[in-house]
Amino acid sequence: MTDTGFLAARLRRGDMTLAEKLWQMSWSLVFWLCAIATIGFFMLYSAANASLDPWTTRQAMRFGLGLVMLLTIAMIDIRLVMRYAYPFYAIVLALLVFVEVRGVVGGGAQRWIDLGLINLQPSELIKVALVLALARYFHSLSLEDTGRPMFLIVPLLMVFVPVVLILRQPDLGTSLMVVMGAGVLFFMAGVRLWKFITLIVATLAAIPITWPLLAEYQQNRILTFINPERDPLGAGYHILQSKIALGSGGLFGKGFLQGTQSHLNFLPEQQTDFIFTMLAEEMGLVGGVSLIGLYVIVLIYGFAIALRCRHQFGRLVAIGVTTTFFLYVFINVAMVMGLIPVVGVPLPLISYGGTALLTIMLCMGLLMSVYVHRDVQIGVRGGYDDG
Amino acid sequence: MIINRDNDRIRLFNRRAVVLGGGQSLLVSALVGRMYYLQVIEADRYRMLAEENRINLRLLPPPRGRVLDRFGEPLAVNRQNFRVLIVSEQTRDLAATLDALADVIDLSEYDRDRVQKEVRRRRSFVPVTVRENLNWEEMARIQVNAPDLPGVIVDEGLMRHYPQNQTAAHVLGYVSSVDEDVLIDDPLLQLPGFRIGKAGMEQEFDLVLRGAGGTSQVEVNALGRVIRELERKEGEAGKDLILTLDQRLQRFTAERLGAESAASVVMDIHTGEVLVMVSTPSYDPNAFNRGLTQREWNALVGDPRAPMTNKAISGQYSPGSTFKMIVALAALEQGAITADQTVTCKGYTELGSRRAHCWEGRGHGAMDMVQAIAQSCDVYFYEIASRVGVDRIAKMARRLGLGSSTGVGLAGERDGLIPTEAWKRATLGESWQKGETFNVGIGQGHVLATPLQLAVMASRLSTGLAVEPVLTRQMMMEDTVRQRPTKPFEVLDFDPAHLAVVRLGMFEVLNGPRGTARASQLKIPGVQMSGKTGTTQVKSISMAEREAGLPDIDEIPWNERTHALFVAYAPEENPRYALSVIVEHGGSASIVAAPIARDIMTEVLRLDPSRKPRINDDQVAVSQPGAPA
Repeated sequence: MTDTGFLAARLRRGDMTLAEKLWQMSWSLVFWLCAIATIGFFMLYSAANASLDPWTTRQAMRFGLGLVMLLTIAMIDIRLVMRYAYPFYAIVLALLVFVEVRGVVGGGAQRWIDLGLINLQPSELIKVALVLALARYFHSLSLEDTGRPMFLIVPLLMVFVPVVLILRQPDLGTSLMVVMGAGVLFFMAGVRLWKFITLIVATLAAIPITWPLLAEYQQNRILTFINPERDPLGAGYHILQSKIALGSGGLFGKGFLQGTQSHLNFLPEQQTDFIFTMLAEEMGLVGGVSLIGLYVIVLIYGFAIALRCRHQFGRLVAIGVTTTFFLYVFINVAMVMGLIPVVGVPLPLISYGGTALLTIMLCMGLLMSVYVHRDVQIGVRGGYDDG
Repeated sequence: MIINRDNDRIRLFNRRAVVLGGGQSLLVSALVGRMYYLQVIEADRYRMLAEENRINLRLLPPPRGRVLDRFGEPLAVNRQNFRVLIVSEQTRDLAATLDALADVIDLSEYDRDRVQKEVRRRRSFVPVTVRENLNWEEMARIQVNAPDLPGVIVDEGLMRHYPQNQTAAHVLGYVSSVDEDVLIDDPLLQLPGFRIGKAGMEQEFDLVLRGAGGTSQVEVNALGRVIRELERKEGEAGKDLILTLDQRLQRFTAERLGAESAASVVMDIHTGEVLVMVSTPSYDPNAFNRGLTQREWNALVGDPRAPMTNKAISGQYSPGSTFKMIVALAALEQGAITADQTVTCKGYTELGSRRAHCWEGRGHGAMDMVQAIAQSCDVYFYEIASRVGVDRIAKMARRLGLGSSTGVGLAGERDGLIPTEAWKRATLGESWQKGETFNVGIGQGHVLATPLQLAVMASRLSTGLAVEPVLTRQMMMEDTVRQRPTKPFEVLDFDPAHLAVVRLGMFEVLNGPRGTARASQLKIPGVQMSGKTGTTQVKSISMAEREAGLPDIDEIPWNERTHALFVAYAPEENPRYALSVIVEHGGSASIVAAPIARDIMTEVLRLDPSRKPRINDDQVAVSQPGAPA
């Protein structure tokens, strides 16, 4: 995309009309997202034994709303996003605390807030909020300051507080995902490698101390991960059945709606976390790799948008949401193939579920906003170029 | 300044973006590699596992063959049976589910214990039978309460039923659950509630009656619920078995013997077919199928009248005076005496310093052979037995079918015992005493025979042929039922004159003026029966008791009373049927056994089963209901 004439200046200033912003959007990215979501609709149709009810129709409606939300967010001025990054983070953190407190009071481990159409899970939203907050923080920090440990205390706290809250829910998978997403941002902002190594070594050293603190089901999940056949009718059952489903799919699969493992209920949750297994069983290696290919295309768009962006905030937001997207895909697919423990992470745009879809569309909306506002000049504190 | 600073950040960002992108590419490659491994390299293994998951092989139990009497009257059939099973794996708490079930249907403490024991023994997904023979109302109650009864299944099967209850129990035997030690043999035996023959014909012909199991391949879901049937291979129904028994006579005989501890066998003397084989008291084979409680079992086993024993083949008794025809034939054949020569009976005979008594203390006077048989004179037979010697008597006894099992095809048949001098030396290490030959002469001492052997003896005496008893015209050959080859019986090679003398003696027993059973003539005008009484001591009578006078029968304890025996054949001019009767501790043969024999023979002759067309075996095979459960 080359800048042309007078538009280039307005691109830098960011005072485009809505129509211009629509024009500036990467519609091909929207196309790829729609393609993935469509595959998801077919899979949900199959998961419901060839029925639009109860999942496909609802998921399509949500996706439609999500698409509108994506386009809307894409048109919000990136400087506005930056300005409200901290308040947004604070609100989500407050929701997280609210869920935590209610869980303590109510006695149950309820992780969501019922909003009618969707159940809002603050632990999902925090992934986006944290990306924005960290991007804003590192945007304002010079490379020299980034090298000083003192300046890392605040962003570390921004990560640490929600992670502890999520761990207490307890949700090991999501906390790890938040930590990894934040880690990538630290890395991309220029934090020295030896600091990561120190942190990783310290974490490994802490394992013997933290192990007894984990819930028994979490311990079991990790143990079962080491040896899934440990208990073929218990914790290892799901992963074993998932591997059987995948493996029996073979090169070309059993055919749409023909997956025996999925349709005879050997697969758990084939409409949410294990939907990739069903796709691979029915469509085989060819179908599974094609879907992964589509995800890779989206990731390439994410990287390209990050590299193309002229401001640090946009670069960090783009790389942050892209990484979040990547983590969703990788953790989910690796889980159903028995590469990592069973953690409740959905497959983006395919798995049935409101919050996950909302989070993904939010991510993609922000990515698109970075793209639309790629040339906008942002000062250290978020204003026009003040240098 | 800011621009420069920013340029450093951009360069660093770009550099690290390459690292990050490379890392993510590596991870994505790992995913694709893993997929390739699972879906291409290991695909066959997982495909097989998926099929194993999905496909469940179920055995279809074949309907057990029926057992019919000679006219097709059912003796053992299959009846529709609703039963309730429990799968311990699917219950959250076995005891709680059984409690809930006990609220819905009657459940005895015994059943509960049995279920819990069996659940422990078997694998947790194998259904265990809780109760059988549910009626409609109980079925409905279970169905209505199904949500509260996880793991409880109601199914419909076939259950063995013996419509004649006790009457033919000993011949039929019974079916019962499979013992643990035979669980490997046939997969059918693994089926819950599968029954196999445990005694009698059910055991002897178990494989033939059982048939072959079919299989049904069904697709099941993760919960084990059957989605659809993929393939079905019908099994082979068990084959019907036709016995030679006549159920009407069987029932008549059982009722006639009543409460006595007794046995009776009726045979067709020309074919060897056993028409009646009754042993009393009997048991209800249906009870075994249902499952006996420990108490019921103990009562059966502990009963001194031995209801579980088929006395007709397993009971061994001194034949007593029914043995005298054998001694007589041996003497005639040996030339030790002629029919007309007499022996004088003065009530006893001297044997060294001891006396051997005749049952008639006053003595019979001069006895020829016919009268000696008719009046059952002991002294006469002491005399001729000692003239012939025990070994020749033994040889004659064997020719007439005693001393070894008849091979009628029922487990538990005994050999009886015909002593010889060599036998005594071999088993007791002592030489033969002359007094023992006296005892053998009147069918006592070591001599033992089963009621079936005595019926065979009567058949052989009446025909002169080596008649062999059969209970079925079918025999097992390579697991299939074939018609038993009918070969003519061997000729026993007796001098017809000798046989005639013995037969006349037996005729006189019932029809002579002094016959021991003259009160028990047939009540059919113009038809006579020939026979022989036998009253055997179970306890030796001391000299003192004999001096004091023999006590009245009612004063003797039951188990010390004499056995009453009778063997017979009829009609006298043209014999067709032979029988034997023994009433344990019945007292006098003349008073107890002979009237029973008369009544049975009268009924046999009235119905005359041997002259009626039998059921055609082929037709039975066709009429067998082929529909599996």
